[in-house]
Order: sequence, then C-alpha cells, then structure tokens
Amino acid sequence: MSMFDGFKFRSVSSPVHQMDPRAKFIYVCILFVVTVMFSNLIPLIILFLIQVPFVFMARVQKEWMRSMKGSAMFAVIIFVMNLLSLYFYTGYETFGSILERSLAMTVRFIVLVQTFSIFFLTTSPDMLGLALEQSHIPYEICFAFTTAVRFVPVLAEEAQTIMDAQKARGLEMEGGNFFKRIRNYIPILIPLIVNAIRRSLELAETMESRAWGANRNRTNLYVLKMRREDVLLILISLVILAVSIYVSMNVQMPSIIQLLTS
Amino acid sequence: MPIDNGSDEQMIVMDDVYFTYPNGVEALMGVNLKIEDGEFVAIMGQNGAGKTTLVKHINGLLKPTKGRVLIDGVETTKVSVATLARKVGLVFQNPDHQLFSETVEEEISFALKNFGYDEKTIKKRVDWALNLLDLNEYRKVSPFMLSGGERKRVALASVLAWDPKIVILDEPTIGQDYRQKERLRQFIVQLNRQGKTVIIVTHDVEFVAECNPTIMLMRQGRIIATGEAREILTNETLVNQASVALPEITKIFKGLEDFGFPRKVIDVYEAADILYERLGGQR
Repeated sequence: MSMFDGFKFRSVSSPVHQMDPRAKFIYVCILFVVTVMFSNLIPLIILFLIQVPFVFMARVQKEWMRSMKGSAMFAVIIFVMNLLSLYFYTGYETFGSILERSLAMTVRFIVLVQTFSIFFLTTSPDMLGLALEQSHIPYEICFAFTTAVRFVPVLAEEAQTIMDAQKARGLEMEGGNFFKRIRNYIPILIPLIVNAIRRSLELAETMESRAWGANRNRTNLYVLKMRREDVLLILISLVILAVSIYVSMNVQMPSIIQLLTS
Repeated sequence: MPIDNGSDEQMIVMDDVYFTYPNGVEALMGVNLKIEDGEFVAIMGQNGAGKTTLVKHINGLLKPTKGRVLIDGVETTKVSVATLARKVGLVFQNPDHQLFSETVEEEISFALKNFGYDEKTIKKRVDWALNLLDLNEYRKVSPFMLSGGERKRVALASVLAWDPKIVILDEPTIGQDYRQKERLRQFIVQLNRQGKTVIIVTHDVEFVAECNPTIMLMRQGRIIATGEAREILTNETLVNQASVALPEITKIFKGLEDFGFPRKVIDVYEAADILYERLGGQR
C-alpha cells in the first residue's frame, strides 16, 4: 500500500502544485523519452539528481520517499535479473561493465518511478481532467477518465471492507495451494464487482438527474492558463531533450568503471 | 483447568486498548471494558467515535496497537480471525459487502463450509437459519435479487447459522422499515435470552431505549460512560457529548418535570402507564 501512496495526489500549496498540468505532462513525457533513450549509468544518475530539487520544491519529500522505498524491492529484482542475464548470455563483457549495466537499468527504473511519482503527487485528478478537457478531448472521455481515477481509492477501501467481512465469516486468506488461493478471491471479487456496477448505474442516474450533457458547449469555472513558470518548465524540458539527443548521438559516454580505472 | 482471565464470566475484556490506523488516525485511545457472558450491550456515539473500530477488535480483524483484548480468555493477537470468528459473529453494516453466492442457501452455507462442518450439519443449520429469519421462500433465489432489508436479513442469517457465542450487529436498523425493526428487536432480545452475548452498534436511540441493554457511550476513541439504558439515555449532558439524542419520550417527560412527572422515562409503554394514571385512569 505504501508504494501507491507515493502516487496519490497530495494537496500541498507549492509552486509545483500550482503549475499548469499540461506543462507538467509535457515534462513527464520528455523525461520518459530521455530516460528510455539512455542506458548508461552517468546520464541516468544525472536525470535522477536533476529531479530531486523538484521534489523539495513541491514539498512532497515524505511521499516521494515512500514511492522510492516501495519500488526498492522491484529495483532489486531488476538488478538481479539484469546481472544474471548479462552474466550468462553475454560472455565477452567484464564483470565491472556488467555490474554497471545492471545498475543503469535499475536507476532507469527508479527515475521512471520518480518522474511519475512527482507528476501524480502534485497534479490533482481534477486538474488532470481539466487539462484533458482544455486540450479539446471530448468531455465524455475526460469525465470517464477523471471518474475512473477518483474511484480507485474508493474501490481499494471497499475491497478491504469486503475482505474483513468475509474473514469474519471464517474465510482464510492465507495458506492453501495455488488454486485454493485463487478460489478464495471469488467471495471478494464478486461483491466488489457487483458494487462497482451498482455504483456506476447509480452515478449515471444521479448525473442525469442533474442534467449531465444538457449543454453542448461547456464552460469551466477554472480556465487553465500557461504562466511564465509553465513556459519555463516546458523550455527546460525541451532543452533537456535537445541536449540528450545531441549527447546520445555525438558523445561517447564514458563508463564509471573506465573513469575509475584510468 | 480454566485459563485465568481475571474472572470466569468475562467474555470480552479490553485492557487499555489503543489503535492507530496506518494513515495516522488514532481511532481508539485507552479503551477499557468488560462484557460478561450473556450480557446485552449497545455501543453508541457520534460518527467516527471508533465504534466500528472497537467491534473489529473483538473478532481480531484489527489488533490493538497497544493494550490487549481477551475473548473468552484468549488474547486476540494469538489466534487467527477465522478461529475467533467461530466464537464471534460480526454482521457488517452493509450486506452488499459480503453477499456473493448464487442462492441464499449457498450464501448461508459459506461460513459453515469454511468452518468445516459436514454436509448433514450444514443442511440442518441452513434450514434452521432460514426459518429463524423468515427467509424460507427465498432459499433458491439469488441474494442480489432481494430488497435491501431482505439482503440484510440474509447477511444476519449467514452469521447466526454457525451459532456464535457472541453476536455483534453493526447498525442493524439502517434501511429497515418499522415492522422489520420491531421484529429485529424481538429477535435480538430473544438471542440474548438464549444466553448469547449480544453487542449492537447503533445511532438509533429509540431502538435502544426499547431493547434496554447496557449502554456504552463513545466519544473520540474513548468510552465516556457505561451504564443502564435508563440512566444513560436520560442524562442530557452525557448524551450530548456523544452526539446522541434523547429519546423522544424522554424529551416530553423532561418538559413535564415541573408537574411532578418522573424524569427517567425512556420506554413508551411505561410513559403511557404513568400518563394514564395521572389522568385518573384505573387499571
């Protein structure tokens, strides 16, 4: 659960929270592309470090730490898998370079987690919906999207209650073989799905009784406007992209092992 | 040799229980209580006072952060929920959180199968529970096709079927019409007479007044008062602290205090008798 807390919106008043979600989205997309572009350790560490001030600016260090801690286990798995597969399937490399490659893949994963964690921690689902809407995506789709996002925590809580209710009726969740464990989930999934469907029908009715879709041309109370900071963020992101493309095409990236041994 | 738990009759003992949810909410802050075997208790209090958290400690769904909970002499941290559930039947507020079977009959047999009863016993118990809650005609019906009140009765039947020593009902009166409520009341009183320890969590002050149980008032994670219904429900200060209302009939008698009427009246029939007498009626 703690891992997901690192992706749940935190209402804090900070310059990052106030930024235009579209600007942040562009930033996330560019960071994603750049992170996937590099497979060397040095640029990936740089990508990790340049985002740290952003975390502190957004004042979400605690939640960010959670997402980092939560991803630690996956990071270890990625590291070990890479190490093993590189060791057994690419015979020509030295152990140092294998170690570095594996580390690079691990850091890449951490950077991705970090980037998305920052985005979701600082962007409320409402803002996200607003951004979609004001990018001229049909309102029905935007609404479906924001509703889906909003109901995730509700469903998680409900799943917990259902689990409690069935445990109170003697259901043992732990133990048993694989098939028994899967069967144990039936008494939990059925009420969960039935309630979700029931809730969506109710939601549709209440929405219609509040005249949903009555007006073709919707207006918004909040209109997103790009401010100077937002433009700046987009510019920084574009510079990162440009530099990365240049570096990856023209610069032979040194490895840390080489730097240390030379 | 019985295990020493202070006293033989104590069914539920909570000893300075604290509970903090993972998100940091302190739901229980030093709860001490003793409930005897066969006692009938109503836990009342404002929303978020910790009532549901408290009852979830009784069947071990939640374990205390600090302090200890003993059920029939056994500490809840030492046994699984399934083991405790054999003794403690907890009926959740919303039946939709537990119904999943294709028929009412299967729904009721779910717990019995979990506890490992044999086919014959299961059938007998299911028949018994269906009769008990007047659900015989729905035996082969899908629980999802039933009305809200009926679903609630199915949930109740599915718990009573294994005959737990302690029966806990979380908000049993919500969504029930007057007649069902009256039936439920009689039913609960009857369960208690049969020797079961019954605990109800509710806001419904009229319902409690008519049942006449021991009342525990909760406020902000603490039990602020324990006592007889007549004493607690007529104490305006206490009742206000727990965001519970006085029963309607108590309000009337409070207003009539200047005319020499007794103050501590919570029961409508008793009230009728007093008024009848005052108006010169002969019994």
